[in-house]
Amino acid sequence: MELGFTQEEIAFRAEVRGFLEAELPEALRRKLADGGRLTKDETIAWTRILHAKGWAVPHWPVEWGGTGWDPIRQMIFRDEIQQFPAPETVSFGTLMVGPVIHTFGSPAQKARFLPRIARLDDWWCQGFSEPGAGSDLASLKTRAVREGDHYVVNGQKAWTTLAQNADWIFLLVRTDPAAKKQSGISFLLADMRTPGITVRPVETIDGGVEINEVFLEDVRVPVENLVGEENRGWDYAKFLLTNERNGQARVGLSKARARRIRKLAESSIDGAPPRMEDPLFRRRLAELEVEIKALEMTQFRVITAERSAGEGKPNPASSILKIRGSEVLQATTELLTDLIGPAALVRHEGAGPEGYDFARGGAATYFNMRKLSIYGGSNEIQRTIIAKAILGL
Amino acid sequence: MNFELSEEQLLLKDSVERTLSRAYGFEARAKILASPDGWSREAWAQLAELGVLGLPFAAQDGGFDAGPVETMIVMEAVGRALVVEPYLPTVVTAGALLRRGAGAELRARLVPQIAEGGLVLAFAHAEPQARWTLCDVATTARRVDGGYRLTGRKSVVVAGGIADLLAVSARTAGARTDTAGIGLFLVDPKAAGVSIRAYPTQDGRCAADILLADVFVADADVIGDPEGGYAAICGAVDEGIAAVCAEAVGAMDEALAMTVDYLKTRTQFGVAIGSFQALQHRAADMFVALEQARSMALYAVMSVAEPDPEARAAALSAAKVQIGRSGRFIGQEAIQLHGGIGMTMEYKVGHLFKRLTMIDKEFGDVDHHLARLGAGGGLL
Repeated sequence: MELGFTQEEIAFRAEVRGFLEAELPEALRRKLADGGRLTKDETIAWTRILHAKGWAVPHWPVEWGGTGWDPIRQMIFRDEIQQFPAPETVSFGTLMVGPVIHTFGSPAQKARFLPRIARLDDWWCQGFSEPGAGSDLASLKTRAVREGDHYVVNGQKAWTTLAQNADWIFLLVRTDPAAKKQSGISFLLADMRTPGITVRPVETIDGGVEINEVFLEDVRVPVENLVGEENRGWDYAKFLLTNERNGQARVGLSKARARRIRKLAESSIDGAPPRMEDPLFRRRLAELEVEIKALEMTQFRVITAERSAGEGKPNPASSILKIRGSEVLQATTELLTDLIGPAALVRHEGAGPEGYDFARGGAATYFNMRKLSIYGGSNEIQRTIIAKAILGL
Repeated sequence: MNFELSEEQLLLKDSVERTLSRAYGFEARAKILASPDGWSREAWAQLAELGVLGLPFAAQDGGFDAGPVETMIVMEAVGRALVVEPYLPTVVTAGALLRRGAGAELRARLVPQIAEGGLVLAFAHAEPQARWTLCDVATTARRVDGGYRLTGRKSVVVAGGIADLLAVSARTAGARTDTAGIGLFLVDPKAAGVSIRAYPTQDGRCAADILLADVFVADADVIGDPEGGYAAICGAVDEGIAAVCAEAVGAMDEALAMTVDYLKTRTQFGVAIGSFQALQHRAADMFVALEQARSMALYAVMSVAEPDPEARAAALSAAKVQIGRSGRFIGQEAIQLHGGIGMTMEYKVGHLFKRLTMIDKEFGDVDHHLARLGAGGGLL
């Protein structure tokens, strides 16, 4: 056992932090720290800075822009980004479709898409869920019928995050309706400008417009945009979902928010006594910090195990990270909202009313974070995975 | 960072687990509990033979130079098998007092005896009024010619009734809760003025209340600085916490394994009850709780060597909180998912639940450690 980071790893962490301090505009940092959302242009500008440094897609193969860092360094990098806080890259490209393309895509697809994902020339969105296919994703009904050199796609996708920003969408579609449900699914890549694609924004309970419905009506997708083999799409989707789960612990975000809570609680909001003077509040913060530390240690264990087992092997233990990562992040926003107290009622849109800056990122973020235990395979689905794949029930 | 055991550590784990599963099955343990002494000198001798009683001590003192990882390995196996022999008080806590506080002469006298299995120690520190406040020591040690005279009362001293020597804390100077002015003294339980009231504990071990009335301790039996024992006490308790965290992980792992096995084999309504999603999800939550506990037990092991006592205390408090939480949850769920059989003394899972419950009450429970964490500067 080596319980702790090596000198090289500690130096690497300092290097990443130095880079963020030098390169990330203070206004963006502030905005993220306050729970704000970046505009599309801000996200692109930051991704280009990362890309110029060679750090846009660290976990990809080196030939496609990866850094060759081992899983520990990748984790340190993510942790520093999240704690700073600095913007994370658009996961639909870098974490989801990118790895599917470099693992299962054709040489032409790799050459065409991967460099553009890395630079965020193309913004991708995820066309998996449907109104009738949520947890039971494999029951999806969107049809793709081969007509000559094209698939003609008809159907509807739901909960499509930031589709309004997207240039491309990756789709799970049914290509063989006669087959058993997991076997008749294919993985297609579609240009969002293709005629027949309509996006309808859906406002969420936090007041944001992040998610959309995507309607697909006689959308013609060239056959060359099929990933891998026809009717094997479910395998690629499972691969993608496992990667997605691994990225969901986001311990750095929880750590940053817990530190913000402590700082805020040590000061006097609105002239009231600091909340840290209340032993009940201190106890709640201590409980939260223990949960974060336990999650972080579990992430270390999953990542070091991955290093010895070889990367990319689906690890059912990643379901723990999804469950605890989402619950802990939700708990941080819950405690922050409780700390803010009566000022939590204030709605911050645009400038918001004066004098309530400390309340930014409170209630709205709390509302928004309820999504975490639902998306990426709901926490109930993760429990079923643990029961079946790990406990053998 | 790497959590894999070395080849030597794997060998240790394998030999301890193999020995315990052969000699310390549930039936064998039940016989030991029912015996007049309530513990087995034979099992103790087997542990000595394995070499684990000398593990954490320096080789020059007669030990094996092992560290907290090796202690974790042994304690996890102890937890799984529900070993009632006094490994924790003798080797871990009193052992830590000797390593941290005692001079070379005293170590050379005692460590070889501990390693051979010839010396059982108890850590007689807690007092009725102290709860878990480590600096709260009302027992006094009065300087006399050639040594000290101790007067006071120690409560719920694990192994207090079976120990060959008691490591007693007593105040040589200062007020009742001062951190300075506490000394550590080796007391022969048969010495004049010592009265011991021994009793069984809820988890099948033995403990005692100890009354000290002007008990003489010679200078040669004082552990280290007679006014500066507090640091060694804190260090011993921190090592104790790390050890019981590992013990709890062993017990939780066993409780979950038994529960999953039961869910697979118990049939009701014509099917295995493990096919019900309501129960599957509860078992999954037990697994998540176990893994969080395992993570924090490792964190405790990582932190025991931390030189800054405040940072060390915060880390070990955090670990103890997680262990307390997970232990209570897994213990309760294990009983519930087993149903009636879990309520009986004839079945192991209830004993695991009892030990897990009592681990929370040793070295400070969830409430105590949350308060300690809350009073500090934070964990992150």
